[in-house]
Amino acid sequence: MSLSPQDLTAIGLSMKIAVCATALSLPFGFATAWFMVFRNFRGKVLLEVLVNLPLTLPPVVIGYFLLLLFGRHGWAGAALRSAGIEFIFTWKAAVVASATVGFPLLVRSIRLGMESIDRQLIQASRSLGAAWYDTLATIVLPLSFRGMVAGSSLMFARSLGEFGATIIVAGNIPGLTQTIPLAIYDYASSPTGTSMALSLCAVSVTLSVAILLLHEVIGKKLENGRSA
Amino acid sequence: MRLDIDVEKRLGSFSLRMETSLTGDRIGIFGDSGSGKSTLVHLIAGLLAPDRGELRIDGTTLFSSRDRINLTPEQRRIAIVFQQAMLFPHLGVKANLLYGYRRCRPEHRKIRPEAIIEVLNLQNLLQRGVNNLSGGEKQRVALGRAVLANPRLLVMDEPLSALDDSLRYQIIPYLKSVSEEFRIPYLFISHSITEMQLMADDVLVVAKGELAGVSTPDQIARTNMVGSPRGYLNLLRLGDPLLRDGLYHYPWGQGHLIVSDGNDHGESLFELSSRDIILFKNHPEAISARNLLECRVAELFESDGRNGVVLESGGKRLVAEIVRTAAEELGIAPGVIIFAAIKASAFRRLG
Repeated sequence: MSLSPQDLTAIGLSMKIAVCATALSLPFGFATAWFMVFRNFRGKVLLEVLVNLPLTLPPVVIGYFLLLLFGRHGWAGAALRSAGIEFIFTWKAAVVASATVGFPLLVRSIRLGMESIDRQLIQASRSLGAAWYDTLATIVLPLSFRGMVAGSSLMFARSLGEFGATIIVAGNIPGLTQTIPLAIYDYASSPTGTSMALSLCAVSVTLSVAILLLHEVIGKKLENGRSA
Repeated sequence: MRLDIDVEKRLGSFSLRMETSLTGDRIGIFGDSGSGKSTLVHLIAGLLAPDRGELRIDGTTLFSSRDRINLTPEQRRIAIVFQQAMLFPHLGVKANLLYGYRRCRPEHRKIRPEAIIEVLNLQNLLQRGVNNLSGGEKQRVALGRAVLANPRLLVMDEPLSALDDSLRYQIIPYLKSVSEEFRIPYLFISHSITEMQLMADDVLVVAKGELAGVSTPDQIARTNMVGSPRGYLNLLRLGDPLLRDGLYHYPWGQGHLIVSDGNDHGESLFELSSRDIILFKNHPEAISARNLLECRVAELFESDGRNGVVLESGGKRLVAEIVRTAAEELGIAPGVIIFAAIKASAFRRLG
């Protein structure tokens, strides 16, 4: 197995994008989950569908929508350009693509964690003098920690594998926006790239397995910590 | 404390409508499960908003649909002790205890942590994780946590229901000493008449989301005498017994009571069913029952076709239950002197 310098760049870039996408999504994911679990409002079903849409929509479609939004004529693209930020076909666009695609996984896990919090704990906290934001920070946040770790690891893994949306908004520029899946795609379409593709595939499998193992171990640890 | 309640609330097919004013520091709320006790508590504590109405405590408006006032739970300063202790699982015992205290304004901090730790005997639990505590210990911590929030009103929502019998009566002395020591007015919610007798002076009886009446624990026990599986339960707090021939002789009034299941040290709480007292018109010469008390009939009351006889002996009172024909045959009427026989084994020690 051998990795070219270009492959190493792709691996590094993949990691960077996955970390950024997860970190960027975490506060939004927490807020969305909190809204869906603890607040009653009209149109809750609509929000639910919207949040889960990227799970069922082809990533290419998401990528295309992002391209329309952030492209030359999209309002977000225009706003960014007037702020002097180049976005489309950069790694930042890959981050947004990954964040969008992985978001439902993150929200789902955090939600499951939050739903398992006994409502009476929250009522107890409020009746002991905590304002809602205080309860959110001192009760809901620590008790959702496990869900957040689980969701983050799933989202991180999903981001590493992002292809469809990324190739449309970020392109496939070696050294700039080429992530592991995009590099494998390049190798697969060249007649001599089989061994190179396999090497990157091995890296991909290793990373995925490592993340899932970590996910299990941390989950177990938190569970034991809770029941001890 | 004065509590003015005039609220309406619909929850699915259940609807609650209540209007009353209460004065007192030890108020019970009594009713079957599903009667609306907990909903009422949630409305008072601000965990649910009434559809319409007003709630006032000592002149402070907690909720008013007319004036558009709805204080948040933290502004109301009403602490709740739930059926399950509901300790925060990610915090230790000490952090749980101080959760409310830290959020309490300095001018309201009348009860100090050291005092509550002492009264509730929590010293040895402080460094423990909350998941290593027994049910009774958890409930003690929950009680301490609620009291330390220095609330204007303490709400105890069936705090003993999740505990088994022996633990329940171990906790009651703590509940009593906390309420006596720190003088926090409380609402005590329960479906147990015994708990009402031990914890409340006045009782709101709730049924089907409505107020069925304002009563006293004794009155409720009398009304339910026939329907309850064990009749009217006389509660006796007895202490300092002498052990003679394997039986405990407890001082009671001007005489004493002989009890088989006593306890060598300290005070114990005993329960005596109204059905375990046998009445005689004349002094029987010899009987197997160890207690024979000469009593004056203080009062006769009717409950579902039976008679309750309030007996007075040496300044203390007991309620016995007899059928009407027996009352006629014995010629029982207020002022009459009769004899009551009670077996030593009829006293059930609660804790």
